[in-house]
Amino acid sequence: MGLIREMAVQGAQMVFVLLLAPLLLGLTRKLKARMLDRVGPPILQPYRDLLKLVRKDVVLAENASWLFRVAPYLIFAATWVAAALVPTFATGLQFSWTADLIAITALLASARFFLALAGMDIGTAFGGIGASREMLFASLAEPAMIMMVFVVALVAGSTQLSWVANFMLTHASLRVSLGMALVALIIVALAENARIPVDNPATHLELTMVHEAMVLEYSGRHLAVIELAAALKLLLYVSLIACVFVPWGLAPPRSGFWPLVVGAGTYLAKISVGAFLLVLFETSIAKMRVFRVPEFLGAALMLGFLGTLLLFVSRSF
Amino acid sequence: MGRFTLDLAHMLAGGMVLVSFMMLYQNRLLGLLNVFAFHAVVLAASVAWQAWIQAAPHLYVTAAIALVLKAIVIPVALHRMVMRLGVHREIETVGGIGITMLMGIALVALSMVVMLQAAAEADPLAREDLALALSVILLGLLMMVTRYNAVSQIVGFMSLENGLILAAAGAKGMPLVVEISIAFSVLVAFIVIGVFLFRIRERFDSVDTHALDDYREGRQ
Repeated sequence: MGLIREMAVQGAQMVFVLLLAPLLLGLTRKLKARMLDRVGPPILQPYRDLLKLVRKDVVLAENASWLFRVAPYLIFAATWVAAALVPTFATGLQFSWTADLIAITALLASARFFLALAGMDIGTAFGGIGASREMLFASLAEPAMIMMVFVVALVAGSTQLSWVANFMLTHASLRVSLGMALVALIIVALAENARIPVDNPATHLELTMVHEAMVLEYSGRHLAVIELAAALKLLLYVSLIACVFVPWGLAPPRSGFWPLVVGAGTYLAKISVGAFLLVLFETSIAKMRVFRVPEFLGAALMLGFLGTLLLFVSRSF
Repeated sequence: MGRFTLDLAHMLAGGMVLVSFMMLYQNRLLGLLNVFAFHAVVLAASVAWQAWIQAAPHLYVTAAIALVLKAIVIPVALHRMVMRLGVHREIETVGGIGITMLMGIALVALSMVVMLQAAAEADPLAREDLALALSVILLGLLMMVTRYNAVSQIVGFMSLENGLILAAAGAKGMPLVVEISIAFSVLVAFIVIGVFLFRIRERFDSVDTHALDDYREGRQ
């Protein structure tokens, strides 16, 4: 009986993130439009976009291989599994004991690998440019992510997210190394989600786009699945930051109904605040030149290194 | 002493190291001046927190001096100087930013290893504060070495001096007179350097210190 209940909570979490992801995207778009003094699309617009895309026919290029058709589902599956592993409103869910932060990083990396392959599959110039830039950024963003994982693991004594969240909750303290890890994670999150200083999610200007260039050839339900995966990834990073650095309100393992409701409420508040801060940051900064991005990500890598270094020298940092 | 006081002291001192890295990363002069002002604000917060921990009221005066002189007066003056020299659009670094950052990390590692060994007996608050202060000093030196532009070399020098004040605030018992005289000698140095900047510009039509090398004696 207990197992069934645990599975039900885990399933609820997976459906919850899936339903919430387009809402977060809609919220950021709306907030951004309001901040730029525009009215902006309604918050529910991403759902309508997805529905419309699902109903449309798929237009495939003549030389598209099986990989091109399979890649969207692989990307979506990997991202969804990774999102299921991050504690959103409760820690210690059923799946969270099967994989840790390093596994989440690896899942996201494999999703990126398939996306880059799909970008190159058709053989158009934009897909190639997008794939090569994505890999250029990834070659710095992934080590930075791993270093950040090391910092958190050295402080908390585990790479297990539920464990980490619990540790942060009980041993809350200001630490230099954790501050560095937070900044590094934010930079990596901005780069991974193609947000503004790195890539502009709203543009299709040929020479600047990265993520959009790779998915340019997709249409119909394939595009819908890819867009949903991108929205899930944004939600995943916001949840990751929330659960490691502001874990207050998370329901403990095997808790009753009311702690779960409280956890869901605080989680919604946290991601709203996250969306607001993201939009505030995006509207106050200009997009970087593509060749400046490795320096930006290099800074994240450096912060990760520095945090690990400080922790190796003295545990009190 | 509670866990929290120690953590906040570390956080502020570590924040200074971080802002030093931001200065190394920043290659536009006006951006650099803003980051430098922020460096001084973090310094003031750090010194004020030390004053609270050590119950040493004279450190509040040091913090106030840092805030007024270093975070407001000197950055504003440098800002106007840069505008008058017309160098605010210049971008300059020796080598890449990546290499400079790596060198910075190596320097932080060096100061950690040296300080934690040398001051192993001191109490942890003073010891780790000293290690971080030494990193700030070394990063200021690195900044002076890796820039061509005389203005950013001045900023490097001033950030080095911020590191000295951080070290002095961490070590108990530095008299107020010494701190005030340091603060004012830095101000005097700043004025002298400012005069020199304009002299250099008049003489060589540039504040790039490479221009000076050509006039050095004994150069092959």
